[in-house]
Amino acid sequence: MAWLLKKPTLVFLALFAATWLLAKYSSTWFESPSLAWAIDYPKTWVLPLKDYVSAAMKWLVEDAGFGLFSFTELTRAIAWLIEQPYEFVRAVLATGFFDGIGRRATQIVPPLSWIAVTAAVVALGHYAKSWGLAAIVGLAFLYLAVFGQWESAMVTLASVVIAVPFGVAGGLMLGILAYRHKSFEAVLKPVLDLMQTIPVFAYLVPILFMFGFGPVSALVATVIYAMPPMARITTMALKNVDPEIVDFGKMTGCTQRQMTWKILVPSALNGLMVGVNQVIMLSLNMVIIASMIGAGGLGFDVLASLRRLNIGGGFEAGIAIVILAVALDRLSQALAARSTEYSPPPREQGFVARHKRSVTVVVILGITMGLGLFIPALQTYPEAAELSTGAFWTNGVKYLNINYFDQFEAVKIFLLTNFLLPIKRFFLGIPWPWAIAMITLIGWKFGGWKLGAMNFAMALFIATTGMWEKAMITIYLCGASVVIASIIGIPIGIWAALSPRAGKVIGVAIDTLQTLPSFVYLIPVIMLFRIGDFTAMVAIVAYALVPAVRYAAHGVRHVSPDLIEAGVVSGCTKRQILFKIRLPLALPEILLGINQTIMLALSMLVITALVGTRDLGQEVYIALTKADTGRGLVAGLAIAFIAIMADRIISASARKAKTRYGID
Amino acid sequence: MAENIKLACRNVWKLYGPRAVEFLKANPDADLERVKNAGFVPAVRGANVDVRDGEIFVIMGLSGSGKSTLVRCMSRLIEPTAGELFFEGQDLRKASKKALIDIRRHKMGMVFQHFALLPHLTVLENVAFPLTIQGQAKAAADTRAREVIELVGLGGRENYYPRELSGGQQQRVGIARSLAVEPELWFLDEPFSALDPLIRREMQDEFMRLQAMLKKTIVFITHDFDEAIRLADRIAIMKDGAIIQVATPEELVMNPASDYVEEFTRHVPRDKVISVGAVMKKGAEGAGAGLPMASKIAEIAEAVVMADAPLKVVDAAGKAVGAIDRETVINILIGRVR
Repeated sequence: MAWLLKKPTLVFLALFAATWLLAKYSSTWFESPSLAWAIDYPKTWVLPLKDYVSAAMKWLVEDAGFGLFSFTELTRAIAWLIEQPYEFVRAVLATGFFDGIGRRATQIVPPLSWIAVTAAVVALGHYAKSWGLAAIVGLAFLYLAVFGQWESAMVTLASVVIAVPFGVAGGLMLGILAYRHKSFEAVLKPVLDLMQTIPVFAYLVPILFMFGFGPVSALVATVIYAMPPMARITTMALKNVDPEIVDFGKMTGCTQRQMTWKILVPSALNGLMVGVNQVIMLSLNMVIIASMIGAGGLGFDVLASLRRLNIGGGFEAGIAIVILAVALDRLSQALAARSTEYSPPPREQGFVARHKRSVTVVVILGITMGLGLFIPALQTYPEAAELSTGAFWTNGVKYLNINYFDQFEAVKIFLLTNFLLPIKRFFLGIPWPWAIAMITLIGWKFGGWKLGAMNFAMALFIATTGMWEKAMITIYLCGASVVIASIIGIPIGIWAALSPRAGKVIGVAIDTLQTLPSFVYLIPVIMLFRIGDFTAMVAIVAYALVPAVRYAAHGVRHVSPDLIEAGVVSGCTKRQILFKIRLPLALPEILLGINQTIMLALSMLVITALVGTRDLGQEVYIALTKADTGRGLVAGLAIAFIAIMADRIISASARKAKTRYGID
Repeated sequence: MAENIKLACRNVWKLYGPRAVEFLKANPDADLERVKNAGFVPAVRGANVDVRDGEIFVIMGLSGSGKSTLVRCMSRLIEPTAGELFFEGQDLRKASKKALIDIRRHKMGMVFQHFALLPHLTVLENVAFPLTIQGQAKAAADTRAREVIELVGLGGRENYYPRELSGGQQQRVGIARSLAVEPELWFLDEPFSALDPLIRREMQDEFMRLQAMLKKTIVFITHDFDEAIRLADRIAIMKDGAIIQVATPEELVMNPASDYVEEFTRHVPRDKVISVGAVMKKGAEGAGAGLPMASKIAEIAEAVVMADAPLKVVDAAGKAVGAIDRETVINILIGRVR
C-alpha cells in the first residue's frame, strides 16, 4: 500500500475511472430492487426538513408575537417605514403626486421633467469628472426618453435611490462592528458567505411572507442582497488603514467614536467608495430580478415581454437596463475617484459662482416645470416623438430564426448530444453513496480532514433532504457551462495579457459586461434558442465568462518580469515563454478565476430557471411561485452548499499551487 | 522617585503569544533562549528606563530590536505584558481609560515615521486636529495651529493637502501637529528615517533648533547610530528586546558595554564625540589661555596640533585641571584609540 501513497495522482486517476464505470453501468448493475436505493435516493428516507421550515415560517407569520404586537405587525410597520420614502422618490421621479384615489385621482404636482433630470445627471457627470462623462450619462438618459423607456427607468431608479443608502449604511455599520469586535466578526463572516452564495430567489419567499407582494418586499430583498459586500469591504478597508494613523488617533486621545468617524472612516474612504459602487450595481441587478415580487420598472417590462414572447419589447427594455447600468456605474466610479482627490477649495466667490452647476439645474427645473404647464413636451417627453426599436428587433430575430434556423439547431443538437447529455448521464449515474465518498475524499486531499468533514456533511444534507437528483443536474449544467466559459475565457484573457492593444478593447468589453444585471443575458438567448438546457447553458456561459478572462489576464500579465527576462536570456522562444513560464506561474490566478466563474454560474443558474431547466434553480423558482418557504430555502441552501464546497476546494488547491511556487 | 524623572519604565516586558502573562509570572527572569523555546515572540524584555526632564533620550537599535514596541509600551499604545510605568510619578498602567485619554490629549505628542497625516484634511486642519479632538473652539484651535505652522517654517501652506507637500514638508506638519497641544513628553518614532539623506540632515538641524527653543522631554527612536550620536543627551541601545547599555554618546564610544555596542561605535568620528576632559592628562601643566574641558576634540584639534607644547585645559569655572598634547589629539583624529 505504501507505494500508493507516494503516487496520489495515480490513485485519483484510478478512482475517477471507477467512478466513470460506475456511472456508465450503474443502471444495469443496480437494477435489482434491493440495490436501487443507491441510484435513486429513496423517498421514504427523505428528511422532511422543508416542511419543518415552512411550518416555522407559518408560525412566525401567523402566531409569533412580542406581547404588545405580533411579528406580522412588526414587519408591516417596517414595510410602512420603507414605503414612505420610496413612494415619495417614485412620485418625484416617475409618477407625480396625486390627490384622490383610483380613477378620480388628479395629478397635483407632476414628476420632475425629463429635461431637468437629464440636466441634473449631466451636471453630476461634469462635477464628478469631465464633460466627456457628462456627455455619456446625458446621452444615456436622452436615450431613455427618446426610446420610450423613461417612466419605467425612473421607477427602477427610484428603487435604487432608496435601496442604496440603506445598503451602504447597513453594510457600514456591520463592517464597523466587525472591525471593533473580533467575536462579532467571527459570527458575521460565515453569515455573509452564506448570504452571497444562497440564490436570491430563496430568500424572496420568506420576504414575501413578511412584507407582502410589492415594491417594499423588492426593496428589502435588494438591501439584503446588496449589503454583504459593503460590510466585507468596510471591515477590510478599516483594517487596511495605516497602523501609524491608528496610533496617531490613540495618541491624540480620540474616543472610540472620534476614532471611527474622524480617523478611520475618512482614511479608508477610498476603499469604502468601491463598496458604494458595488452596492449601487448590485441594487440595480436585484431591483431588476425583484420585479418578480412586484418591484415594477424596467425589470417588470422585460419579464412581461418574455412571458408574452414579445421579442422587441424585451430587447428594448433590456437595452434600457444596460444603458442605465453603464451610466450609473460610470457616474458612481467617477464620484468615488473624486471623493479622495483632495484639492484646494475654490477661492472665495459669490454663491452663484461657487454653485454654477446646481444653480443651472435648478433654473432648468423651474423653467421646464413652469412652461411645462403650457407646453407638455417640456414636462414629459412627447409620445409622438418616441422612437421604438421593437419592430427592428422582432424582425431581426425573426430573420435570424427563419434563415439560420438549421444552423442554430445544428449547433444546439451537436452540443446537446455530444457534450451536455453525456455529462448529464455521468453525473446522474453515479450512485450517491459513492459520490459522497468521492467529494469527502477530494476535500480531504486538498484541504485536510476539516474540509473533508465539511464536504461530507454538506453532501449528506443534499442527499437527505431529497435534493440529490436536482443537485446533480445543477452540477452538470454548471460544470458544463464552466468548462465552456473557461475554454472561451482563458485564451481571451491570455490574449489580452499578451497584446496591449487587444487588452484595452477586451478590458472595456468585460468591464461593461460585468455591470449588466444578470437578467439581461437571458433575453437574446431565449429568442434564438427557445427554452431548455442548452439555452440556459449559453446564458450562463455569457454571464460567467468575465472572471475567467479577467483572472487569466491578470495572472499572465503579473508574472515577475525577472522570470521573463531569465527566460529570454536562456533563449526561450515566445511560445516557450508562454507555456513554460507564464502559464504555469499564472495557474493559481487562473484557478481563482475559475472559482469565480463557478460562483457566477451558480447565481445565474437560478435565473435560468425561467427558461425551464430541471435543477435546483427550478426548485427555488417553483417554491417562489408557490410561496413555499421551506422548499425554497432548502433548495437554496443546497445551491449554497455546492457553491461553498467548490469554493473551498478550488481556493485550497490555488493556495497549494501558490505555496509550491513560493509566490504568496 | 527622583523629582526630575519624567517617565520611568520598570522591568517592562512585552511577549507575543498565548498566556504570556502567566508565563512571565512563573519565570520572572527568563532569558532569551527560554522565552523563545516556550514559543513566545519577545519584543521587549525587562526594560528599565528613566527619561529625565528636558533631555533628549534616544533609543537606538536595528530593525526588530524592539525599540518601536518599547516606545509604544511607554504610551500604552501597546499594553505591556508585565512591568510598571510611571509618568510624572503617576502609575500609567493603573490609569483608567478616561485618565489615559486625558494624559494623551494634553501631555503627550508623537511624531511618526511615515508622518501619519490625515489625507482628507489640509495642513491647517491636520495641525488643529488634536486641539479639536480636545474640544477646543475652531477659532482658538486655528490660531494656535497657525502659530505652530509658522514655527516649523511652513507659513503660507496652511491650505495645502498633505499629498501636495514633499516628504520633509509633510514631516514638518507632523512635528507641528504633535507640538500644537504643547506636550510635556514628546515621542518621535524614527521621524527622519523615511527622508532622503540631505533632507534628513536639514530636519535634524531644524529639530535641534526647535528643541533649543522649547526644551521638551523627548524620547527619540532611531536605527541610525550617527543620528543618535548627533542628537542624544543619552542613548539606550537595544538588541533582541533588551536594553544593553544606557549612556551618553561619549561614554558609549569610550566604554562600550559589549562587542555589539563597540561594533556600532567603530566608525563614529571620535573627534566629534570625545571631549577634552576625557583624554587630557589630569593635573599636568600646559600652556595657552586654557581650553574648556567640555569641548569636543574636533573643535580644539587645530589649536593643539599647531601648538609647540601641550595646552592647558580648564573646567567650567576656569580653573586649570590638566593639559592635552599633540599626540593624544592625533591618535584620536586618525582613529588609533588608547
